Amino acid sequence: MAVKSQQATLARFIPSGKDRRNFAVLAGAAVLWWLAYSNLQAAANLLSYDLLGFDAESHLGSSVNFFLYDVPKILLLLSGMIFLITIVQTFINPERVREMVSGRAEGVGNVVAALFGAITPFCSCSSVPLFIGFVEAGIPLGITFSFLVTSPIMNEVAFVLLLGLFGWKVALLYLASGITIGIVAGIILGRLKLERFVEDFVYQRQSRNNRAHGLDEHLTWTERFERAIASTRDIVGKVWLFVIIGVGIGAFIHGFVPEGALTNIMGESAWWSVPISVLLGIPLYSNAAGIVPVVSALLDKGASLGTVLAFMMSVVALSLPEMIILRRVLKPRLIAIFVGVVALSIVITGYLFNLVV
Amino acid sequence: MLTVKILGSGCPNCRRLEAETRAALDAAQPSIAYELIKVTDFMDIMSYGIMTTPALVINETVVSAGRIPKAEQIVYWARQFQQQADQA
Repeated sequence: MAVKSQQATLARFIPSGKDRRNFAVLAGAAVLWWLAYSNLQAAANLLSYDLLGFDAESHLGSSVNFFLYDVPKILLLLSGMIFLITIVQTFINPERVREMVSGRAEGVGNVVAALFGAITPFCSCSSVPLFIGFVEAGIPLGITFSFLVTSPIMNEVAFVLLLGLFGWKVALLYLASGITIGIVAGIILGRLKLERFVEDFVYQRQSRNNRAHGLDEHLTWTERFERAIASTRDIVGKVWLFVIIGVGIGAFIHGFVPEGALTNIMGESAWWSVPISVLLGIPLYSNAAGIVPVVSALLDKGASLGTVLAFMMSVVALSLPEMIILRRVLKPRLIAIFVGVVALSIVITGYLFNLVV
Repeated sequence: MLTVKILGSGCPNCRRLEAETRAALDAAQPSIAYELIKVTDFMDIMSYGIMTTPALVINETVVSAGRIPKAEQIVYWARQFQQQADQA
């Protein structure tokens, strides 16, 4: 019996005949993708300077070239990376994360929760069921918050855009600092003993122990690919317009705003720029796809990396709609503390970046 | 008659799940008789033991959570519950 179920578990990961064909198709698609990606700059130059006849030295020419290069580059990167990220996500679900996290001590628990928070896709409409689900399983508030903080901060679209526009170092810094913020904010919130500011009904709920059945899915690789394609289409379909608008604004800044124009306002020398950016970011609820291209152009013109990253994190991590949803389970005082601790962690990260980079 | 429930607080994905479930079940041949109920209250949603929305429930069993299944999959589940009901 045990052997049989072990074999069944293994069989899930071994590609079948149909799966193997799809792996071959995928390999072909990857080669095409790479060919397209590596010829983008040449194509953009050809299109903007030779075919459209813009002067490479002019403001307009450099803006047009920037636009024609960056838009397809970001869209290609998004499609490829979202596909891969979704494949990873098909192996994880919150119910499984809850099992992994429950029973762990403070510290280790926060780290595990933040790591999973980083890869789990976040939808603000799920944050309340997630919160109740964690608390119900006896997971401490601080560890629950580690998950709830990291999940929105780590946005896969933002990650891909940083990778495309700033390179892998900045993208990894974003990943590492998002996870660190989740760990630290969770530990602080846990130490503050805030259980009394959780709405009473959350703890009064007796766990009815009717866990969802029939959800232990046995996915084949083909099904994972299908899901990855569906979610890639979904996400790229949602953000492509923001990418075009964002890169458009970025292209304008790139071509027309003089170098160093922002050094005094958003540069390292202005100590107040980090907190101001974070404060500005809290009420702004934007799509990472629209904001990163603008941010990248700002950076070119003398804004500093820490300031810009802090701004971006605060835009994606702290938003009004999210607070309104969390209000159903958290009393206002706890929401205020939550926002405060997360904002403070982002500010500190911003300063660290400015110091290090 | 199947009882189909959509669990979700009204986010865009919940509305999409509802629309796609209706479309899938209405298009099925031979036809499937069902009633569709939207569950939007958080406490009711949580009583199904799920942590992600939208979720699809057929005859009080959660069949999917946190995603929008394909039409064929929805029809397949519905047929299984039909058979179960016939046998009972």
